[in-house]
Amino acid sequence: MLDKINFYQTGSNTVGNRLINPSMRTEQASVDRPNSLTCGHRACQGCGEALGARYAIDAAMKATSGQIMVVNATGCLEVFSTPYPESAWRLPWIHSLFGNTAAVGSGLAAAAKVRAELNGDSVTPRIIAQGGDGGTTDIGMGCLSGMFDRNDDVLYICYDNEAYMNTGVQRSSATPPAARTATTMPVGEEPGSDWGKGKDVPLIAMAHGIPYVATATIADLRDLETKVAKAMSFHGARYISILVPCPLGWGLKSSALTVTAARLAMETGFYPVYEAEYGQITSVRKIRQKQPVINYLQIQRRYAHLTGKKADPNVLARLQAMCDANIEHFGLLGDEAPQLNPAAIQAYERSKKV
Amino acid sequence: MSTEQIEGSLGVAKAVSLCKPGVVCAYPISPQTHIVENLGKFVKSGALKHCEYLNVESEFAAMSVAIGSSAGGVRTYTATASQGLLFMAEAVYSASGLGLPIVMTVASRAIGGPINIWNDHSDSLSQRDSGWLQLFCESNQDAVDTHIMAFKIAEKVGLPVMVCMDGFVLTHAFERLNLPSQEQVDAFLPKYEPREFLTPKEPISIGSMVGPEAFTEVRLLQQRKMLSSLQVIEDVTKEYREITGQHSGGLLDCYNCENADLKLIILGSSVGTAKDEIDRLKAQGINVGLISLKAYRPFPYAALKAAVGNSSQVVCVERAFSFGARGIICPEVKRALEGTSTKVCTALAGLGGRAIYGSTINGIVKHALDGKFKDEFTWFDIDTKVLNSYTRNALGITFPEGPIAESELEATLLRA
Repeated sequence: MLDKINFYQTGSNTVGNRLINPSMRTEQASVDRPNSLTCGHRACQGCGEALGARYAIDAAMKATSGQIMVVNATGCLEVFSTPYPESAWRLPWIHSLFGNTAAVGSGLAAAAKVRAELNGDSVTPRIIAQGGDGGTTDIGMGCLSGMFDRNDDVLYICYDNEAYMNTGVQRSSATPPAARTATTMPVGEEPGSDWGKGKDVPLIAMAHGIPYVATATIADLRDLETKVAKAMSFHGARYISILVPCPLGWGLKSSALTVTAARLAMETGFYPVYEAEYGQITSVRKIRQKQPVINYLQIQRRYAHLTGKKADPNVLARLQAMCDANIEHFGLLGDEAPQLNPAAIQAYERSKKV
Repeated sequence: MSTEQIEGSLGVAKAVSLCKPGVVCAYPISPQTHIVENLGKFVKSGALKHCEYLNVESEFAAMSVAIGSSAGGVRTYTATASQGLLFMAEAVYSASGLGLPIVMTVASRAIGGPINIWNDHSDSLSQRDSGWLQLFCESNQDAVDTHIMAFKIAEKVGLPVMVCMDGFVLTHAFERLNLPSQEQVDAFLPKYEPREFLTPKEPISIGSMVGPEAFTEVRLLQQRKMLSSLQVIEDVTKEYREITGQHSGGLLDCYNCENADLKLIILGSSVGTAKDEIDRLKAQGINVGLISLKAYRPFPYAALKAAVGNSSQVVCVERAFSFGARGIICPEVKRALEGTSTKVCTALAGLGGRAIYGSTINGIVKHALDGKFKDEFTWFDIDTKVLNSYTRNALGITFPEGPIAESELEATLLRA
């Protein structure tokens, strides 16, 4: 029905949003939004991470009636939100180190449980630990895996912009192949980040058999909000990875292209969007209009060496093949339901508790 | 008060349990293991209630969980040693910088390589500048009592406390221990009421980024807290002694100092060995004083100066040193004694579990009384045979029997 009305835009706070049923409107459309990450912070223009964090944390606040405490890893989000003596956080917030965020979250969750027990509180505050991809997939991996192993009651959110942006755009294990970073320059025989390296942390999270894992992007903010709210309906360890393009680090042709870049990452199959419960994929966000990978790459200067005159068509073909493999493996096209996949044995016991 | 013949680790676990921590996180490393094993049992059996026991995946996680739980407003305990202390070092500094009153046992053990699981003080002293209070225990009774005091000191000052007890020598030794009753501990250590903590009722941001505009001032205030802890340690010790009748804790403790000119300064379990030897020497008409240094951080400069008095000679028996420099305790003692004519030197002994016997102490005393400490720093308990078995062939040098003064070691560079 709504599809036929092309005149209005949807998903914004302007005219079109009013056409959406109130229950479908984004939390940010409400004047009562929690504003957990309030204005005045120092993120760059067009920052995907700030956008993602604002939506995610507000959605969690709404889902828990304001009972959220946040642990933040070192990184852009921490730096731009809390330069002493200012803080943009309107909720309990702590930063300790780069690599220990999940463990601090575990400790805070344990403390919240004990305090609620001792004080006879009916409500126990819930914990979100958050960091960038470097703080999550690299230096924070040990603590993250430990938190998953113990199934501590923490939602970990990774704002994935595919490199160490805070230190000046160096490669992380979330950097895709061929991407230019300060430590994977577009020189030599295979310019940019190495092929055949990297790790898929959402799948690793699933392999722990934890209650809930999801990927999301800032191009579909309602989907993001829904996933955060769903994550808060589970107890135990949960993980959400949000693709948050970085205009500076990715070399987006304009800082207005952050959301476009995220949408193209989804629509090309470059970044599969799905959710999983107890190690099983339960839903996949289907590609609406499949785009060739070149459309995604050509708006980013980190891939400039793939689109210029000297570009190697073989490299483009390899990236397209990666996207096609994602589309096939995750079933991003068509209407088939996700297949059962092998899951960790501990997922079985955990799922019975629900 | 109850008296039990138990292992030091069990004694410490019972002492910690009496303090009713809300979170205990554990990662095993010898010789700390028995402490956290016992605490795990107390929590699982229900003997220690309202306590979350987390089996974490590393010492770095152990300290990080402790940071989270302490910031969450709960009394928090963990224990480590050696490599584990180094592995958590980044979080150790974070805990003190955030002003979190965590209590941690360091079951002191050498740092590798070469890997060595036995006792010396290189682990705890490596964290000298971490902003933690560091309290050393001379016996298991002292360890039991110091742990209970540590929670009170930490919470009063608003800084974390490391309780350093010698690995194996204390942790694995069975001794008669007097454990205070739950009522006594409750009277001494009230329910933990954090001054500020994370709660949705009153949102605060902890651990923001501080730039050059205020970092120095933050550090100055941290130092002020640390300085204030000198008095807190004394006050808490006094109160604890009154309640329990135990003579534990304090900034330092003197033994036979009033009769002696020569004084030894020792940290940890060698104090007991030294006391016995001092008694034997006394019977032979030789008077030696002993200062058991309990607080290493904060360093009790004034108390130490008073304890040394007008002695002409002080020997620090040290179980760690600084590569490329000398002893670690000695320079602090010299600072304390600045302006006096007291001669201060280091007898390095007991590295990597080499036992410090009464005979070792006797040797140090005789060396001192004979005026043989010619340098500030002397390798005291060298096994010349082991050393020469390598140097004779590999370096073409041999060492004479007995202690090796710093200048003698340097001289071998010319000979080689």
